[in-house]
Amino acid sequence: MDIIVCVKRVPETAEADIIIDSSGKDIQTDHLAFGINEWDDYAVEEAVRIKEAHGGTVTVVSLGNAEVQPVLRRTLAMGADEALLLNDPVFTGGDSYAIAKTLHAALKDKKFDLLLTGVQAGDDGYGQVGPMLGELFQLPSASMVTRIEVADEKITVTRELEGGMGENCELTLPSVLSIQTGINEPRYVSIMGLRKAKSKTLSEVGADALPISGDDLGASGALTEVASLYLPPVEKTAEMLEGDTETVSAKMMDILKKKGVVG
Amino acid sequence: MSQVCVLVEHRQGEIQEISYEMIGKGRQLAEALGTECYAIVLGADARGIIEKVASYVPGVYSIEDPQLAEYNAPAYQAAMSALIQEKRPQLVLIGHTASGMEFAPRLSAELRWPLASDCIDLAVNEGCVEATRKMYSDKVNARIDFKAAPHCLATIRAGSFSSELAPAHTAEVITVASPLTTEISARRFVRLLASEVGDVDITQADLLLSVGRGLGGPEYLPEVEALAKQLGAAVSCSRPVVDKNWLPKERQVGTSGKKVKPKVYIALGISGAFQHVAGMKNAGTIIAINKDPKAPIFGIADYGIVGDMFEIMPALSKILTSA
Ligand SMILES: Cc1cc2nc3c(=O)[nH]c(=O)nc-3n(C[C@H](O)[C@H](O)[C@H](O)COP(=O)(O)OP(=O)(O)OC[C@H]3O[C@@H](n4cnc5c(N)ncnc54)[C@H](O)[C@@H]3O)c2cc1C
Ligand SMILES: Nc1ncnc2c1ncn2[C@@H]1O[C@H](COP(=O)(O)O)[C@@H](O)[C@H]1O
Repeated sequence: MDIIVCVKRVPETAEADIIIDSSGKDIQTDHLAFGINEWDDYAVEEAVRIKEAHGGTVTVVSLGNAEVQPVLRRTLAMGADEALLLNDPVFTGGDSYAIAKTLHAALKDKKFDLLLTGVQAGDDGYGQVGPMLGELFQLPSASMVTRIEVADEKITVTRELEGGMGENCELTLPSVLSIQTGINEPRYVSIMGLRKAKSKTLSEVGADALPISGDDLGASGALTEVASLYLPPVEKTAEMLEGDTETVSAKMMDILKKKGVVG
Repeated sequence: MSQVCVLVEHRQGEIQEISYEMIGKGRQLAEALGTECYAIVLGADARGIIEKVASYVPGVYSIEDPQLAEYNAPAYQAAMSALIQEKRPQLVLIGHTASGMEFAPRLSAELRWPLASDCIDLAVNEGCVEATRKMYSDKVNARIDFKAAPHCLATIRAGSFSSELAPAHTAEVITVASPLTTEISARRFVRLLASEVGDVDITQADLLLSVGRGLGGPEYLPEVEALAKQLGAAVSCSRPVVDKNWLPKERQVGTSGKKVKPKVYIALGISGAFQHVAGMKNAGTIIAINKDPKAPIFGIADYGIVGDMFEIMPALSKILTSA
């Protein structure tokens, strides 16, 4: 099995203060910590496990700037064989479609059995690049994948549906799968592992090396555009319990008693 | 006249609520655009579904084909592609669901019709449709522009609009020929899998003590369980806690877990992502404890405490022990 995994470097925003930048179309990122997109971490792990069980190779690819290198190095330490960084200012400013087109141009001459993406990127949450790659490659695809069983020439996947339900479906190979969190437990990467992975190839290419016209790249290749960002108006806010730990805890106990759930 | 179309999502003969939510919004948008909102029904036998929506829309487009008996992404994509290329609506609404998330992006790439995904709102601004969606842990709203495209796609987040609709129509039903002339073999539906059942039924509890990623690790679970016992609460959780195998799947609250409606829901270290909130927003009272004062959970909770759950938990326990 030769597997390609698409990964994105994203800011960690769940616990961070979000500030909209002066363009009004993006957020300030200097104060944010970055790392691999959570979904992509699971996708890399899944690829490495399939390789360990069935043989083959794992290639990781990312579109982004030089700061993505440590993220790619980490995936090499997890067990990927090779990494490719698509780095060119003209790649930026596009939507999922432009990103998918660029990834497709970079990968279309590579032979693979599986192409994995995350279900969605944790920053923008579009959830589009994976299925779009399926369409651009004219290959079957499935998203929300929580289990992959490999057989000859075909795979059976479990997809997550609403309300805890699931679905099994069969796909011919090659195919494109978008991986959902929880499919496995991504391995821990040690300093030693990172050091060992140093000898693996991490190559970088720009727009000139890709069989794609400039009109298809970045903002000009995009079908949609972020017109503006704004902080959502607060619809309903909680009544905040104030005071030191003992005081707020006592207030909370009073509420539980009043609601009749604690005696 | 270029319409607004809404794809009706259904499974095992039941229409998913999001379909009505989208029809409601679709009708408003159609009015603002001076057009009509038609429903799209795909299925092996669409009659039952068509009957259920016929009083809410002036028209229904339908494709019937044995290969549409169960949802299968390539069949849905092919049917939608044929239908919307023939009818050329200016806007197509599709649920941002396990199915819509799969085939809508493919449809967009196939037809080069722009897609705004996971939208929470759509509006007409000077004759153009504009979408609103969330980004960055749901902390920011983004307005998405379709770059003046004549035909656009949008997938809609469940629960964004009211599903209460006044019947206003008797739909004309227009059957479109199925494009599925050969059997699709690249991807095949095999079976549906029922949700898992476990020892604790969190949907039956009056009081839920729910933990999120803020828990930090499975080694802190005993403390949560001990407090739950003192409170007489059941322990539930957000998705990352299940993904990391700290708690079993049947304890998960949210769109891909369980919908719960306890008298009181206590959220510890849960940020309040929409997929979580969709599963607990109907709780009688919601109390959230989070160290981030800007966590979205405070936007839906009734009571909030900004603080460290590992300081609040022992303090609660102490009060209960001394009582
Ligand atoms: C298709 C799909 C389906 C999904 N289905 C579900 C679902 O069913 N249920 C679900 O829950 N999620 C679901 N998710 C995931 C969802 O989008 C969020 O990623 C998830 O809900 C986040 O969980 P969390 O709030 O526990 O973690 P985070 O978002 O990481 O938040 C952790 C919070 O804990 C706080 N915190 C940290 N330490 C402490 C401390 N010591 N004391 C107090 N507070 C602390 C932080 O400030 C932060 O707000 C789904 C996602 C997708 C794409
Ligand atoms: N810049 C990128 N480089 C490589 N892969 C990406 C990039 N952006 C998105 N992807 C992949 O597409 C998935 C879905 O992203 P999105 O459609 O942006 O939500 C991610 O989980 C990645 O696997």
